Amino acid sequence: MNFNDLLKNRKPAIIKKWFHATADTYPSNASNFIKSQADCFHNPVGYTLAEGVEGLFDGLLRDDANSERFFPYLNDIIKIKAVQDFSPSNAISFIFLLKPIIREEIAKETNGKNFSDELLSFESEIDGLALLSFDIYMKCRERIYEIKTEEVKRMTFGLLKRANLICDIRDQEPENGSESVLTQKIEG
Amino acid sequence: MANPKPEELARIEYKPPKTGWMDTPAEIRKGMFCHAGKSKSLEYVGLPNPRQWTVMEEDWKLPENWQEIFIEGLRERVNKFRSFRLFLDICVRCGACADKCHFYIGGGDPKNMPVLRAELLRSVYRKYCTTSGKIMGKIAGARELTVDVLKEIWYYAYQCTECRRCSLFCPYGIDTAEITILARELLNLLGLNIDWIAGPVANCYRTGNHLGLQPHTIKDTFDMFADDLETFTGIRVNPTFNRKGAEILVVVPSGDFFADPGTYTTMGELLLFHELGLDYTWSTYASEGGDFGFFTSNEMAKRLHSKIYAEAKRLKVKWILGGECGHMWRVWHQYHNTWFGPMDFLEEPVSPITGTKFENAKSNKTVHICEFTSDLIKNGKLNLDKSRNDDLVVTFHDSCNTSRGMGFLEEPRYIINNVCNKFYEMPPNTIREQTFCCGSGSGLNASENMEIRLRGGLPRANAVKHVVQKYGVNMLSCICAIDRAALTASVDYWVPGTRVTGVHEMVGNALVMKGEKKRTTNLRGDPLPGMEGE
Amino acid sequence: MGLIFSFFTVVALGVIVFIGVKAADMRYLFGVIIPYAAFFAFLIGIIYRILQWARVPVPFRIPTTAGQGKSFPWIKQNTIDNPFTSIGVIIRMTLEVLLFRSLFRNTRAELRDGPKLSYGSTKWLWLGGLAFHYAFLIILIRHLRFFLEPVPLPIEIVEALDGFFQVGAPVLYITNLIFLGAVTFLFLRRVVIPQVRYISLAADYFPLFLIGAIGVTGVLMRYFLKTDVVGIKELTMGLITFSPVIPQTIGTIFYIHLFLVSALFAYFPMSKLMHMAGVFLSPTRNLANNNRAVMHVNPWNYPVKAHTYDEYEDEFRNVMKEAGLPVEKE
Repeated sequence: MNFNDLLKNRKPAIIKKWFHATADTYPSNASNFIKSQADCFHNPVGYTLAEGVEGLFDGLLRDDANSERFFPYLNDIIKIKAVQDFSPSNAISFIFLLKPIIREEIAKETNGKNFSDELLSFESEIDGLALLSFDIYMKCRERIYEIKTEEVKRMTFGLLKRANLICDIRDQEPENGSESVLTQKIEG
Repeated sequence: MANPKPEELARIEYKPPKTGWMDTPAEIRKGMFCHAGKSKSLEYVGLPNPRQWTVMEEDWKLPENWQEIFIEGLRERVNKFRSFRLFLDICVRCGACADKCHFYIGGGDPKNMPVLRAELLRSVYRKYCTTSGKIMGKIAGARELTVDVLKEIWYYAYQCTECRRCSLFCPYGIDTAEITILARELLNLLGLNIDWIAGPVANCYRTGNHLGLQPHTIKDTFDMFADDLETFTGIRVNPTFNRKGAEILVVVPSGDFFADPGTYTTMGELLLFHELGLDYTWSTYASEGGDFGFFTSNEMAKRLHSKIYAEAKRLKVKWILGGECGHMWRVWHQYHNTWFGPMDFLEEPVSPITGTKFENAKSNKTVHICEFTSDLIKNGKLNLDKSRNDDLVVTFHDSCNTSRGMGFLEEPRYIINNVCNKFYEMPPNTIREQTFCCGSGSGLNASENMEIRLRGGLPRANAVKHVVQKYGVNMLSCICAIDRAALTASVDYWVPGTRVTGVHEMVGNALVMKGEKKRTTNLRGDPLPGMEGE
Repeated sequence: MGLIFSFFTVVALGVIVFIGVKAADMRYLFGVIIPYAAFFAFLIGIIYRILQWARVPVPFRIPTTAGQGKSFPWIKQNTIDNPFTSIGVIIRMTLEVLLFRSLFRNTRAELRDGPKLSYGSTKWLWLGGLAFHYAFLIILIRHLRFFLEPVPLPIEIVEALDGFFQVGAPVLYITNLIFLGAVTFLFLRRVVIPQVRYISLAADYFPLFLIGAIGVTGVLMRYFLKTDVVGIKELTMGLITFSPVIPQTIGTIFYIHLFLVSALFAYFPMSKLMHMAGVFLSPTRNLANNNRAVMHVNPWNYPVKAHTYDEYEDEFRNVMKEAGLPVEKE
C-alpha cells in the first residue's frame, strides 16, 4: 500500500480529528456547539469548518492539487476566522494541526514501512496551504476595511454632492482617528 | 523556551474560560464596540452626565454616586415594567435560547448567549433587589456592581440588536430585547451611550431626522430624485412638503433620503404616489420614521416621535402612511398608540384609491406602505410589468421587528410576487418569525464595530449564500432601512456580488405609468433587461 | 461550585432529619411543626410573589408575534401564534402552558445536513421537560390519597392507570420511573452540555437535587424500606384536620421524605420555580397583537418635553422660506 492509499484509508478518522482539533480552538462551550454541525443554517461556523477540512484534505490527496482547488475551502474558513477573536497566527494555525494528526494515523498502519520521504513532501504541501491561508487572511482583513470605507461613502455620497447645503461638519477631537459624517456638530 | 506548538498557539488568546462567567471580566476589544457618545449630543437633549470619554481608557468619568444612580434606576424600573421584573425573576436557565442569537452563532462568545447576556444584569438585580441575593450572595447568583461589571453590562448591551429571536424560543417568552432596552436606559442615566445612537438622537431632536438634514436640504434631495426620475421615466413628480390639508402624511426612515440603496426605495415610492395622484405631503419637521431614541430610553423614544403626531395635527391630515423600516414599525405598531393615543384628531384610515378600510389600524391611524400597496395590487389598481425586473433573482429577508413585533410576513411577499418573476425563499428556519438579524440593528450599524457586525451577519448571509448557489439569487430584498445599509456591507463580505433592495424600488421599476416614455433603465440608472445596448 | 454546594446542602438536609429523628426523637418537629411552617410559607410566599408581579404595571403591549398577523381578509392570519383577540391569546397560552409550544418550536422544519441525532437535542429538552412536569403532576395527584378519606374515585383511577402494568408488589408506578428518568436527564444535560453548564447556578442544581432526593426517598419508602402506610395516613389526616398525631410506627425514611418536601415548599416562592406562576403573566405571550386597533393604556404615561414645530421653524425659517417651503409666521 502506498502513502496516498494509506491516507485515503484513514480519511474519516483524519478529517474527524482535524475538524475537532480546529473546533477546539474555540472556547469549550462554543466548540461544543460548533461540533454539532447538524444544520448548516443554524450552525454556519461548524458547517463551514466541516466542509472545509474535508475539501482541503481531499485536495491534498490529489496529484494535480493547486492553489485554486484549495482556495474556496480556505477562503470560507478564514473569512469567518478573520472576523472572530483570533490573532493572524491563531486564525491560520488550524492548518498545522493536521501535521501531528497525519503522523499519528500513519504510525498506526506503517507496518514497519518507512514513509519519511512521502511524509516530508506531504507536509510541505501543508506548509503551502499555510502560505496561501496567510494571503487569504490578509485579503479578508483588507476587505473589511474597504467595506467600512465603502459604507461611509454610500451613506454620504448624496450629501457630499451638495455638501454646502447641510450643517457643517466641524467636530470635537475624533476618537481613534476614525470619524464619520453622521456624527456631525450640534450647535446648541 | 521552546517554540509553542500550533495547537498551543491556537489557544493562546482564545483559551476556554476555566473560570465561571462571573469571575471572567469582559475583555473590551476593538472592532466589537462603538465609540462613546459625545458630550454635545447628550447636552442638546438633556441626557445625564455629558462629558468627553473614550471606551479604551480606564476612567469612564462616571458620576461620584454612579452605583446609587444605577441601583435606584433599576429599582424604579422593576416597579414600572412587569416584563422587566418578570424576566429578571423567572429564567430557569434551560439554555433553549443559547444558540439562537446571531452573535453567538457567528462568534461563539459565551456572553452573547441571550441567557447569559441577561444574567449580567440579573446578577446585579439579585444582589440589590432580592432578599436571597442580599443574604446568600454568589450562591444565589448575585454579585456586586463594580466598575468592571458596569463596563461588562455596557459592552454586551451594545452587542444585542434587540431582534427578539431568543424570545420566540423561550418557554416563558423572556425577551432579551426588553432587558437590553432597559439596561441601555440604565446606562444612559450614567451617560454611557454610543456615538452612533446619541448623535442621531440629538440630530433628530433638532432637525427632525437622524442625519441632521435641514428643511431645505430635504427639499433639495427630493428635487434630485425628481430629476433622476424624469430622466428615467419622462415624468416629473412634484412632491409637496409641510402642506396643510393634505389627506395623508407620509413618513419614512430618513436613511432612505441619503443612503444608497435606500434612496431608490424612496424614488419608487415617489413614482407610486404620483401615478395614483395621491393627496399626500412629506414633512421636514417630522422627517424621520425611525427612532434611535428607542435605543436610548423609552422617554427619549417618545420625545422624538411626538413630532409625527404634532405634525399630523398641525397639517390636519386624515391619517399617516409609514415607509419601509424595521424598528420604526416596532415602535409605530407597539408603542405609538400607548404614548400618543387616543388619536382622535385623525380619521380611521381608508385607502382613497380602493376604498379599503384598514381595520387593523383603526385606532392609531398609521398604515404600513406594504399594506397600502398590496391592497392596491389586490384590487387591480396598478399596471405592473414584472419583466422589467427580470434581471433580478430575488429573495426576501424578513426584518426582525416587523416579523416578531408585528407578524408582517405575507404583505411584502405578495407585492414581490407581483412585481418580479423570479422569487425564491431562503430556508424555512431562517425566515419569517425565525428570521436572522442583519447583525447591525438597534443602532449598532456604525463602521468602527464592523467585525462584530460581520460576525452577527453570518447566519443571515449564510442563508443568502445558499439561495445564491441554488437559484442564482442576485438581489436581497427587505423592508428596513437599516437592513438596506447593513446587509449591503454584510453580503459584500460573505456573498460578494449580491445586492440589496427595498420592495418599493422593485415596485417603482415594474410600475407602468400613464404617459411615461419607454423605459430603458431601472431606478439605479442600470439598463433594463433587453435594453442593454440602447 | 454551585453543583457541589447544592449536592451537600441536600445531603445535609437529609442528615439533619436522620439525626433529629433517630438520636433526638424530634418527630413532632419534623412531622408536624416544619410541614405546617413550610406549607404556610409556600402559600403566603406564592401569593406575595404573584401580587408583587401583578402590582407592577404592563406599560406596553409587546407580544412576540410568531406568525402572520391580522391584516386584510384575503391574507390568512395565524390566529394562535399571532392572536388578535382574547380567544386567540387563551389558546396560545393554553398550548404554551400545557404543551410547552415555544420549546417545541425548536424542532420545526429544518434543512438537515448531517447526523440527525445531534440537532434533536432541542427536542429532547422539550420532551424531558414535558415528561418531568407531567410525571410530577400525576404523582402529586396520587399523593392526595393521603389527605382525603374516603379516597375519591378520580384518584383511584389515576393510580390504577399509573400502575397499569401490574409489575411488582407493591405495584410499580410508571410515573415514578418517568419522573426519576426525567430528573436525571435534566441534571445530566446541565452537566454534560458545556453551554448549559456554563450558565448554571447553584439555584439551578439545588432544586434538581432536592426534587431528585424527594423522588428517591419516595421510591425507597414505597418499594424497599416499606414504611407503615397506615401510620403515615394517620399522620397526614391529622395534619389536614388540624389535630396532629405522631404514630411511633413510621420509619425515619418517611421523615426525610417529608422534610425534603417541606424544604421544597419553603424554597419554592423565593426561587426560579416561580416560573410556574410567572409564565401566565408574561407580556410577550399573554397579550393580543392588536396594538393599532385597540389602544393599550400605560398607567404611568407622562408628558415629555419635545422639540415643537414653532421652535423648529424659528431656527430654520429663513432657509425654509428660501427653499419655498410653507411657514406659519412670515
